[in-house]
Amino acid sequence: MNPSTVTRISALLLRYFFLLRSSWPRVLEIAYWPTVQMIIWGFTSIHFSRSSPELTTGGILISAVLIWDSLFRSHISYTLSFLEEMWSRNLANLFVSPLRSWELILSLSVVSMIRTLIGMIPAALLAIPFFGVSVFELGLPLLGFFLNLVFTGWAISQAVTGILLRYGLGAESLTWMLPFLLAPFSCIYYPLETLPEWMQLIAQYLSTTYVFEGMRALILRGEWMPELMWKAFLFNLIYFLLGLCVFCLAFRSARKRGLLLQSGE
Amino acid sequence: MIPSDPILQVEGLTKRFQAKLAVDQLSFSLRAGSIVGLLGGNGAGKTTTLSMLLGLLEPTSGTIQLFGHDFVSNRHATLHRMNFCSPYVDLPQRLTVSENLRVFARLYGVKNAADTIAGLAHDFRLLELMDQPIRRLSSGQKTRVSLAKALINSPDFLLLDEPTASLSPDVSQWIRHRLTDYRDRTGATILFASHDMREVEQLCDQVMMMSQGKLIEQGSPEELVEKHNSSTLEEVFLSLSQQGGGV
Repeated sequence: MNPSTVTRISALLLRYFFLLRSSWPRVLEIAYWPTVQMIIWGFTSIHFSRSSPELTTGGILISAVLIWDSLFRSHISYTLSFLEEMWSRNLANLFVSPLRSWELILSLSVVSMIRTLIGMIPAALLAIPFFGVSVFELGLPLLGFFLNLVFTGWAISQAVTGILLRYGLGAESLTWMLPFLLAPFSCIYYPLETLPEWMQLIAQYLSTTYVFEGMRALILRGEWMPELMWKAFLFNLIYFLLGLCVFCLAFRSARKRGLLLQSGE
Repeated sequence: MIPSDPILQVEGLTKRFQAKLAVDQLSFSLRAGSIVGLLGGNGAGKTTTLSMLLGLLEPTSGTIQLFGHDFVSNRHATLHRMNFCSPYVDLPQRLTVSENLRVFARLYGVKNAADTIAGLAHDFRLLELMDQPIRRLSSGQKTRVSLAKALINSPDFLLLDEPTASLSPDVSQWIRHRLTDYRDRTGATILFASHDMREVEQLCDQVMMMSQGKLIEQGSPEELVEKHNSSTLEEVFLSLSQQGGGV
């Protein structure tokens, strides 16, 4: 990689580090939501384990919550970092600097990965003493589940940041909505067969479905199915490229319409 | 003095937003080391022109040659030699002055960033403000920081959109001195959009007046005043305004 590129990416990383350092609520928030989710689902899991133990075998509920949250955290971390630039009206400063769009995307991805790890690791570690569930026991496949979902999060973020560029902060609610639109189809807490046929048809084209099917196969049957991870990865690649196209088209449209100087509502 | 080659050549620059023609067939060139004022009323097309010269806005047609490069198709060849300051753009509010300058120094690949920042902090009287977050600064202090950011990479071409708007006369005067001093030291070219005729008269070697997206008059402030038989640039502006139904 070109040394200038590395310097520019490190400039943005420094900018987000300074931002986090200046605001303790932002730091707290990163780990707060995954931990709260884990605790709520942990107690739900304990409750179900008495009446329907098959629902909670191997800590499947808590594992599903934590693994799903990787997608949500990676997407939110990416998009919030971009939104920080819009909220502070700093986008034009970035776009008239030598920073290239792909360097911005790479910087936001690195920041997203760091924030996701900061958010998920404490929640995953706390689940061990609180509920006796360790997602780390899933071993290497956990890395496959995690990376695939982070990748899905970035694919969604590409599209959302593109829409934000084009339509301004009025489209901010999409940031929170889009991942939840995927959730019912992703078979996080139930197998694919649970869904009605038309939903199964959609679910088959989602990378997330294969991640959670793979996770269930591993936890419930002790069966590692790498083919599911590859399918998830291929779908992610397609969605990431589609997201990138949305971002590039939106950026071009914003440049044509003069939206980069006054990015707001 | 032998006139230097133009660093910027604009030919037939046009921007249309659907039915509205914001900039219409603008052609001009800027020579190295000049301070050029871009004058015009609200909606004359100044900010649209600056946005196209910064690469933030894609022209509908026309060419921009900057430092010998086609800026429209390859703006990254020259962005490291430019910078800007605009009231439409802020710096990250939660970051301190020092943090902002460090981030932008790195973004522009400034060598000896610490010395450069120290120099700018001294020149723009920011030494006591370096640890203050931007959001706690007054508008005059924010403008000084924005200008320090605009000079962080010692740009050869500096674009300023009403940098002294909403500032007190003494601060505006002080900033004008800093800009003249920067031009004299570095030979940089400054394009300066403003409403303030007195300011433009004091600061600029050349003036371009825009009305309804068109360039309607250009020359040195003295030439324009003489040509229009006026005593100040403001009178020229008002006279053109009356003739053309608004500058």
